[in-house]
Amino acid sequence: MLLNQFLLLSAILFAIGVYGVIVRRNGVLVLMSIELILNSVNINFVVFGTMHGLGGQVFALFVIAVAAAEVGVGLAIVLMIYRTKRTIDIDQLDELKG
Amino acid sequence: MWFLTHAWLIPALPALSFVLILLFGKRFLGPTRAHWIGIPFVLLAFALSLVTAGAWLSRAGDHPPDERAALSGVDARCSAVGAAAAAGPEEFEAAIAPSTGESAAGAAEGKESAAGKEKADGKEKEEVPSQPVVRCLNWFSSGQGDQYRSFTIGTLVDGQSVMMLVIVTLISLLVHIYSSDYVNGDRRYTHYYAFLSLFTSSMLFFVLAESTIQMIVGWELVGVCSFALIGHWWEEKPNSDAALKAFITNRVGDIGLLVGVIILFFGAGQTFSIMDLNIAANSGQIDHTLLLVGSCCLLAAVASKSGQFVLHTWLPDAMAGPTPVSALIHAATMVVAGIYMVGRLYPVFWEGLSIGGSSINLMAVIGACTALFGALLAFVQKDIKKVLAYSTVSQLGFMVTALGVGAWTAAMFHLLTHAFFKACLFLGAGSLSHACHHSFDMVEDMGGLRKVMPRTFWTYVVGTLALAGIFPLSGFWSKDEILAGTGGLNDANGAYTFALIMLLAAAFCTAAYMTRTIWYVFYGEYRGHGDPHESGPRITVPLIILATLGAVAGVANLPKFAGDASLWLEHAIEPIGVMFPGKATGFTHAAFNPLLAVISVAAALAGGGITWLFYAKGQFAWMQGLSERNRMARAGKTLLEKKYYLDILYTDIIVGSIKKPIAAGVYWFNQKIIDGAVNGVGSSAVAAGEYVYTKVDQRIVDGTVDGIGSVANSTGSGLRKIQTGRIQQYAALFFAAAALLAGVIVVVIGS
Amino acid sequence: MLIASTEVPINVAANIAFGIVALGMIAAAIRVVTTKNIVHAALYLVLVLAGVGVNFLLLQAEFLAITQFLVYIGAIVVLFLFGIMLTRAPLGVSEDLDNPKMKGIGLLTALMVLAVTSYSVLATFGADRISLPGGASTNTADLSDEIFSKYLIPFEVISVLLLAALIGAIVLARRD
Repeated sequence: MLLNQFLLLSAILFAIGVYGVIVRRNGVLVLMSIELILNSVNINFVVFGTMHGLGGQVFALFVIAVAAAEVGVGLAIVLMIYRTKRTIDIDQLDELKG
Repeated sequence: MWFLTHAWLIPALPALSFVLILLFGKRFLGPTRAHWIGIPFVLLAFALSLVTAGAWLSRAGDHPPDERAALSGVDARCSAVGAAAAAGPEEFEAAIAPSTGESAAGAAEGKESAAGKEKADGKEKEEVPSQPVVRCLNWFSSGQGDQYRSFTIGTLVDGQSVMMLVIVTLISLLVHIYSSDYVNGDRRYTHYYAFLSLFTSSMLFFVLAESTIQMIVGWELVGVCSFALIGHWWEEKPNSDAALKAFITNRVGDIGLLVGVIILFFGAGQTFSIMDLNIAANSGQIDHTLLLVGSCCLLAAVASKSGQFVLHTWLPDAMAGPTPVSALIHAATMVVAGIYMVGRLYPVFWEGLSIGGSSINLMAVIGACTALFGALLAFVQKDIKKVLAYSTVSQLGFMVTALGVGAWTAAMFHLLTHAFFKACLFLGAGSLSHACHHSFDMVEDMGGLRKVMPRTFWTYVVGTLALAGIFPLSGFWSKDEILAGTGGLNDANGAYTFALIMLLAAAFCTAAYMTRTIWYVFYGEYRGHGDPHESGPRITVPLIILATLGAVAGVANLPKFAGDASLWLEHAIEPIGVMFPGKATGFTHAAFNPLLAVISVAAALAGGGITWLFYAKGQFAWMQGLSERNRMARAGKTLLEKKYYLDILYTDIIVGSIKKPIAAGVYWFNQKIIDGAVNGVGSSAVAAGEYVYTKVDQRIVDGTVDGIGSVANSTGSGLRKIQTGRIQQYAALFFAAAALLAGVIVVVIGS
Repeated sequence: MLIASTEVPINVAANIAFGIVALGMIAAAIRVVTTKNIVHAALYLVLVLAGVGVNFLLLQAEFLAITQFLVYIGAIVVLFLFGIMLTRAPLGVSEDLDNPKMKGIGLLTALMVLAVTSYSVLATFGADRISLPGGASTNTADLSDEIFSKYLIPFEVISVLLLAALIGAIVLARRD
């Protein structure tokens, strides 16, 4: 199997995730797009792990753990936003406007 | 000998007195007692002078073996010849050898005869070289290597300076005592005594001068003191005018002094030392033309300081000062500074003007003219001090004539006797004015005073007889020696017949105008106000002392017939040796001529007698009012009254013609050019300021500053739009930038 | 290990499997970011995650694949669904899930990122092949050896991180 097929797949997923982060208005959907990005990176890690030993897979494991933690905290934050503003429309979080 | 080497103490004492009076006089002694400092110091200086004179006389009794030993008293630092004398005989010979073709044999011959025996009138008196004592300090030095010159300041003590020391300190002492009564209660009593001390010190400094530079310093100092003392009552304008006239007229002559000294400096091989100058001039080392020019320049200085004709105009005006000042400065001491200088530098004049063996020279002409014309001017004066001033001018003319005909000792002798009787006459005039309410006008305010002021009268008469030259008073001996020295009637250094005739005429006039004065003052009816009385002892005792000296001083230099006592002054003070004209140059002394003595006394008696007959006995009545009736007589009188129009010439014509155009030109320059420049600078500065403000500051500088501000402002408000506060926008920017950067790196690294 | 293309035999079955899974993943991912139904987005996300797990299997990372299925699909997606529920997200079709203004920028940025990454990948690796060791898999055992020897400290740190995240989430979300 070509190296590039995995890497290209990962690149495409990454780009789609970036699109989602920028375009999606709902906070939860933004988090989902971030999950897309993280997974594309995971594929990369594992693919390169076949070349350089098991370090890639270990790291991918750690990424999964971190992603889990991040989603947990992220959703907690989204809940807080919902509690204060009654909406999780990110566009309305512009109090740092210059 | 100690006193001879430490003669500098004598001027130092009055100088110290000057400083003390200025600093402490008024504060500690009060405004009326400055004489408590002045008199003791000058008394001490007089005592020191007498002791120094005694030391000199004992030294004059020594017999040095030759010329070189005679110069052993000359410090080697002060004089090149002194150094040569100390080094050895060959160096000494080389130093005094003439630089022209004159052979050494001629010089040796001169030396031998100078050290040889003089045979005259059967008496053999060995001519002993005199031994001057010269000490000095290094004042300043300049130049490098070859050009190194060291200029000294010090004392030259020989007979001439010793005589002057005694005269100056004695007259100064008597004047100090006299002033304590005369100037009593004056508004500037302390200042007066301070300047009297300074003057005494300056004159003594001048007299002891060892170099011509020092002589100039002393000359100027006495001029300054004269200025200060003449203008003592400067609140009245005529007094300050007189002081200025004196100073400025002296200044004219000082140019001559300076130029003359410089000429002699270069002529004598770049030395200011008087010993070296004299020796160089005497031995023919200096070019004759240089000596002639130098003498003429120095004569200009003598003319101004010693009141010779054409530059004498300041002396009568100087009578504006207090009478003791006139006695001290303008009779006895300062005005004889010129005489002293000529006597000091006599070889220069002897060689330069070729005094020996001729019948006319510049100095004799000036002196004779002064003697006669000064005497004529005294006839038309109403002010007694002016009479005495013109008499001084005339007598100074006598002294200058004496020097001009080669009668050196006669001039010095006359200086001595004149100091006594003229000071006596001046102080007597002061005593008279004291009695007549400070008026000196003898025609208006005096008369018949012989009954109420006997001491003043008798001392005045003695002074007059001495001045007129009546036997046996001192004036007779000194004046007769001058007349004999002219060589008009007997052998002398030349055959100056014209001088003899003019001096005899002057003697006639002298007796005449002095008799006129005595008539106006002491005889007739008292024409003034108030009640005159005799003056106190502080005034009359100096008068008596001076009158006595004036009477008996003739014994100082009696002619040959007096045996061992004769020519005492000559032996005491006349220098003999390489620094003075001697037998080698033809210098001789005239013998006493009895016929001439009789003629001179007759002339004086005639003058006095005719005047007495005219005024007292009314004879020669046709002379009364002659100037009103006769045009020539009136012209003559007007000429005399206008003082030969010399004052008009000086003040109006010479000064006016120079002053007016220069003043106008300078004024124009100042207004147009200097003020114009200043104004121009000012207005251009203003215009420049305006321009800079409007164009540069307001437009450019402020514009730049404002522009930068507005640029920052617009940039800021533009960039502000990025800060939306929305995360997704930030995320978009972040990713885009990262992608871009990564792309750049990939491309760069890839290539 | 990279071996020149001539030496490794081509595993046709793996390639075909990969191809099908890849296409499915890409389609699902695009649907995640474009669908108007938020619950559908979550379900599409499940598909993508599953596809990633299958890829892991294809790369002989069995433990990782199982972990992926368990953690991601089993826990994280459930969390998402809980989040959707608790925030009263609009169920059903909803028009305002996208920010229309950002669509252009988003597309542009995504394309830029894609361009850069794909170019660099292609330029670097060209036609290189992966070689996978055959035989029985000892993946789990080897992995555990690695973790607990070489990567022990990061493992412990991750534990602390998870603890912190746990506490943090509780603190954030509690009602005071």
